[in-house]
Amino acid sequence: MSGYSGSDSLPGPGNITRARLANGIVVLARSNFNSPSVVVSGYVMCGSLFDPEEKLGLADFTASALMRGTQRRSFQEIYDALESAGANLSIEGSTHSTGFGSKALSEDLKLLLQLLSEALRQPSFPEEQVERLRTQVLTRLAIRAQDTGERAALAFDSLAYADHPYRLPEEGYPETVQSITRQDMIDFHRKHFGPSGMVIVVVGGVDPQEAVDSVTEVFADWENPEQPAPIELPPTTPFSRTVTERVNIPGKSQVDIVMGAVGPSRFSEDYFAAILGNSVLGQFGMMGRIGDAVREKAGLAYYAYSSLAGGLGPGPWTMLAGVDPGKVEQAIQLITQEVARFTRALVEEQELADSQANFIGRLPLTLETNGGVAGALLNLERYDLGIDYYLRYSDLVRSVTREAVLETARTYLHPERLAIGMAGALE
Amino acid sequence: MSGQMELQSVTDQSVTKLRLSNGLLVMLKEIHSAPIISHWMWYRVGSRNESAGTTGISHWVEHMLFKGTPQFPPTILDKAISRDGGFWNAFTYLDWTTYFETMPAEKIDLALRLEADRMVNCTFDPLEVESERTVIISERQGNEDQPLFRLGEELQASAFRVHSYHHEIIGDLSDLQTIQREDLYRHYRTYYAPNNAVLAVAGDFETPRMLDRIQELYRDIPAGPEIQWRARSEPPQAGERRLMVEGQGETTYIQVTHHTPAASHPDFFPLTVMDSLLTGPSNLNMFGGGISNKTSRLYRALVDGELVVSVYGGLQATIDPFLHTFTIIMRPDRQVDEVLPVLVGEIQRLQDSPPPADELARAVKQARAMFAYGSESISNQAFWMGFSEMFDDYDWFLTYLDRLAAVTPEDIQRVAQEYLRSQNRVTGVYLPTGNGANASWGGGV
Repeated sequence: MSGYSGSDSLPGPGNITRARLANGIVVLARSNFNSPSVVVSGYVMCGSLFDPEEKLGLADFTASALMRGTQRRSFQEIYDALESAGANLSIEGSTHSTGFGSKALSEDLKLLLQLLSEALRQPSFPEEQVERLRTQVLTRLAIRAQDTGERAALAFDSLAYADHPYRLPEEGYPETVQSITRQDMIDFHRKHFGPSGMVIVVVGGVDPQEAVDSVTEVFADWENPEQPAPIELPPTTPFSRTVTERVNIPGKSQVDIVMGAVGPSRFSEDYFAAILGNSVLGQFGMMGRIGDAVREKAGLAYYAYSSLAGGLGPGPWTMLAGVDPGKVEQAIQLITQEVARFTRALVEEQELADSQANFIGRLPLTLETNGGVAGALLNLERYDLGIDYYLRYSDLVRSVTREAVLETARTYLHPERLAIGMAGALE
Repeated sequence: MSGQMELQSVTDQSVTKLRLSNGLLVMLKEIHSAPIISHWMWYRVGSRNESAGTTGISHWVEHMLFKGTPQFPPTILDKAISRDGGFWNAFTYLDWTTYFETMPAEKIDLALRLEADRMVNCTFDPLEVESERTVIISERQGNEDQPLFRLGEELQASAFRVHSYHHEIIGDLSDLQTIQREDLYRHYRTYYAPNNAVLAVAGDFETPRMLDRIQELYRDIPAGPEIQWRARSEPPQAGERRLMVEGQGETTYIQVTHHTPAASHPDFFPLTVMDSLLTGPSNLNMFGGGISNKTSRLYRALVDGELVVSVYGGLQATIDPFLHTFTIIMRPDRQVDEVLPVLVGEIQRLQDSPPPADELARAVKQARAMFAYGSESISNQAFWMGFSEMFDDYDWFLTYLDRLAAVTPEDIQRVAQEYLRSQNRVTGVYLPTGNGANASWGGGV
């Protein structure tokens, strides 16, 4: 009953405009004239991996402070311009990069790019704003300290990545955030923010060439000879037995569990086998085999699923659940049994076929909005997938075999060697 | 096609709205920008339709609708949708419960068959009921670990002594422990009927063929008896109410709420603009994000004033009068008694003098932008057709921006005077008892 006639609905060489500026910035643009608005998103290649350990949180704090004042505008002037246009712009630090995301009515694209450029290139870090922001960051860390899900994830990271930078939270700790000075932020910005490795994506009701020209206008003259190369990650150390960390937070009704191991990066050859296997294990339908065992059959939890991060480095492959404090052992046992089954025997043909059909079928849904398309274009560039990736996507998904899923499961997951973080009333 | 239909008028020519002879209201909107269809079934039942002893039952029934029918047994159902690349979920709210599937266009028939089937054929297997009891209690426990859930629950209970908006949608623990299978099934059979439902479909289809298919699937489902539920109206509040919740942590939270009228009331629109001036624009879209609020009056007074770390506010579109709520996360170095007078001072300022016209113009532009963001998503467009019918009708949505634009500075002053009075207010504070927390609330404003 479809009346849709767009044969070029998937992003590909025929409808993506890609340009590389002389300073290294890559611009990707795609028009969607069904929409009166535009999304601009992207990243610069500096993140918490550059943080000195005693000042952990510096990259994140610096990213949050970029919008607090620039050499041309005060905090109030920045937000007056943005909010008066009904636009939004936020900049956030993460482990490898500092990301930005914004949207506006199409007529305000130039305003958005101008503000983005000022924030990334000419922040002024006003003293008063930095202190106000510090209080907000510390409050957020105090809230994190009470959040069972976040504490369980931190506990997992500290076990699974014991000798690796991924063990550290990018927002830092209260004492490290306290030690960061305004001068640290100025220095960090001067040294690490630059055009090398930067990607910017424009999607929406705007002509692609006009989008590229507008980006060029504000970013082409950005240079930073000091900008360092991205950090090489050390290998992770495998552990020889299951390790557990229990974080007691009194007064909580629920215990959150995050367990699993170090998974593949997005660049790994077995990434597709891993992500499809993960779908069978803890995603498909009502959260795969784990959802079925823990939530549907045992009624133990409101949520139970598995997650594979992928990413630039070896992100975690985890199983998560929130349960009553009295049911923790039972839940861990059920999940471990599912991991054991997953690494012992081939997934069923039907299970793999179901997940493959799901991955292929849902692709148009993930590309429904400007934000969805922008995310897809960013992935193309970040992981070097090739501009025809979404045209090849179905074949890539279909080419995964049951044997490849089992081999991948055995590479990364070992039921007798899991990292288990949990947090809640655990006295 | 045999079933009789009654066409209804809608301002938007691209929407077909009609009622089948069994009472099912059908709304269809063709959108051919992507090969996707979003299908939503709405029932006029939520926590508003619950009494003491069965609180949380609407939400529990929603969970049971994922537990299967003879035609679509439990595990078949979710696998079938997922296999086709569909995205589906359900939500229970104060006034309504909704089930949606957004799917590749050529696969939508599965969603059509599934929703028609589970409107009447769910089995409510007693074993599944018991298994879901612990799941829902676990969901409630997860909520209880959030200070703002605990504070909000007390605030709502204090604001509504009589009306059934009194309790949280998830229900009280004691009811979750005692509700029986027969209670759930009775609730289902009472409220799940075509004459108590709205079917909204948007996306890449042709209206006549979609309509034929809907008729075919629903024509044999008879109308249910008229719903007997009568909401008990909340008497006017005659003085500020204050409450305190203590709990773990180091962070103090404040919520200040005022009774506000139903979404269909003309004052809902000036109140929406007023909320935007005070705390930034609220986003009613289910899909499509909001924007920051750093130029709003309360952000400037409270966050820039270094009293709190964040402040936001919002108004809900409901059938009966509900609440406008300010939510504040405190700075650790400030006391509640320093914050509340500033909040009340800003309310007073709006009551004393009408806001400048450019502040209103900005609020309207922000609302326009958020409408544009929301319109990108076909799911969100289908959402709005059904959602607006729950508390008013689709013209409410179609005229929303015009009605916001028509609000005058004097309207804002008037609604601030009428609704933000202290007598109409409940103030609640979550006081942390964790290590190092030295928060207190003397209660004086």
